[in-house]
Amino acid sequence: MVMAEARAAATLTANLRRRLTYYSPTIAIAVGVILLWEFIVLIFDIQQFLLPKPSAIFAEFMLQVDLWLAPGERSILFESSGATFWEAFGGFFIGCGGGILVALITSRWTIVSEATMPFAIAANSVPIIAFAPIMNNWFGITNPASKMAIVAIIVFFPTMINTVRGLTLVDAQQLELMRSYAAQPAHILFNLRIPNALPYIFSALRVASALSLIGAVVAEFFGGPRATLGVYITQEASAFDFAKAWTAIMMASIIGVSFYLVVLLAEKRLMPWHVSLRGQG
Amino acid sequence: MSADSKDIAILARGINKIFNPGSDEAVIALKDINLEVEAGEFISLIGPSGCGKSTLMRLVGDLIQPSAGELRVNGKAPGRARLDRDYGMVFQAATLYEWRSVTKNVQLPLEVMGYPKAERQARAQAMLEMVELGAFVNHYPWQLSGGMQQRVSIARALAFDPAVLLMDEPFGALDEFTRERMNLELLKIWQQTGKTIIFVTHSISEAVFLSNRIVVMSPRPGRITEIVGNTLPHPRDFNTRNDPAYHDLVAKVRDLLRDAHGLEWSESDGNG
Repeated sequence: MVMAEARAAATLTANLRRRLTYYSPTIAIAVGVILLWEFIVLIFDIQQFLLPKPSAIFAEFMLQVDLWLAPGERSILFESSGATFWEAFGGFFIGCGGGILVALITSRWTIVSEATMPFAIAANSVPIIAFAPIMNNWFGITNPASKMAIVAIIVFFPTMINTVRGLTLVDAQQLELMRSYAAQPAHILFNLRIPNALPYIFSALRVASALSLIGAVVAEFFGGPRATLGVYITQEASAFDFAKAWTAIMMASIIGVSFYLVVLLAEKRLMPWHVSLRGQG
Repeated sequence: MSADSKDIAILARGINKIFNPGSDEAVIALKDINLEVEAGEFISLIGPSGCGKSTLMRLVGDLIQPSAGELRVNGKAPGRARLDRDYGMVFQAATLYEWRSVTKNVQLPLEVMGYPKAERQARAQAMLEMVELGAFVNHYPWQLSGGMQQRVSIARALAFDPAVLLMDEPFGALDEFTRERMNLELLKIWQQTGKTIIFVTHSISEAVFLSNRIVVMSPRPGRITEIVGNTLPHPRDFNTRNDPAYHDLVAKVRDLLRDAHGLEWSESDGNG
């Protein structure tokens, strides 16, 4: 038992070391860019309202962390992050869920999916963010639903289009095999079409995870409650408090990257067989 | 070859198949095909590209419908036979479902057909042992070589014990050595199971080595040139390919195919 535990611990540290080696160039580049940024601002004496030093942004961020943790105080930055996160997440959930659902329904009848696809592809190239002021009128400028609606519409179309493609672009011989088994449509859907669509769906979800945060923050630029990242950035920027604006940009990036990682993790769990994930983890 | 002494598995009378009928691109894929296959017989369809050998196999398997003629499988219409799950199919590509493990791939037809779980697993295990992949049940298709994938595909086709095995150039993508080994394994499986096998191939040596009868076909329009009987004794093994009778048969089929090709060349020369 002890031996086995020791061996398990040994492989764990070995794994950790291998991963660190794998990611070390990435980490080195990140650290290098931040250092370069810091030195360029110092050497060329760039005004803080044009480009604040990373150290200044980090100091402002730590100040907000202290405020957030202190009892009785509030940090608008963290409240904004929470609010924007929920807008993006809600929109992502509704839009992607709706896209997958509509794709499942329309792909049941070839005629319906063929009739709707051109509209979906056309709608996908419309700059939907331009509807943000209209959504503000519909739902109310301070209602998170106005931002969720924008995010949901933005992510709906790519998700639907990709899902329909994945459900319909099935290998002809795999379909013939099902035909030779005299399989029911439900069997073909669950055993062939849906597994075939998973890689398509996940590539859409990865794009949607980034789009949802862009959609939420940009929609907030058109107006929203004080405690949202988009409003925070516009207000602090117009007050020339650029370090604060940059902390909000940083938070938006962190949320965006986490979204993406969660989608990646789900992908790894649900389709470990896929080419892109073989031999990892 | 008297029809009354044995059961007829496949009967084709006056089969025509025209693709895109009535349009400018109309192609006569098969013309006046007559063929009788006894139950338990191993038949090869051989011929140059465009001779309709795959089309004929697909007609038997009810993947497409004939334009004219009568086709019966075990005394039934092909559509009925398909609904009765009489067909096991193997294509040139192994066509495994990459998201399923080897055993789950073999179990797929059984799942679709509603077999209970314990029986699914037992059958998959037995089939995989027959194709000598008993140690690979939990592997995924991408972890197997091309020959191993094709063996999984054969195990999957046999899992639900269909009456007829339809094989469309199943070893066409394999190297010569692997192909000869797969030929031996397929013969062994055929003798164990007694299935009726329709085997489409480009390879003369493969057709002669495997089958009871070799159906030689020629293109434009696709038709049967000759049906060559094959009396090479069973069991056949590596030495069979050294038998003079084997070489005579190979030469005979090659000559027949050359005639079919020669006709083709002189026709196209004549057209400019």
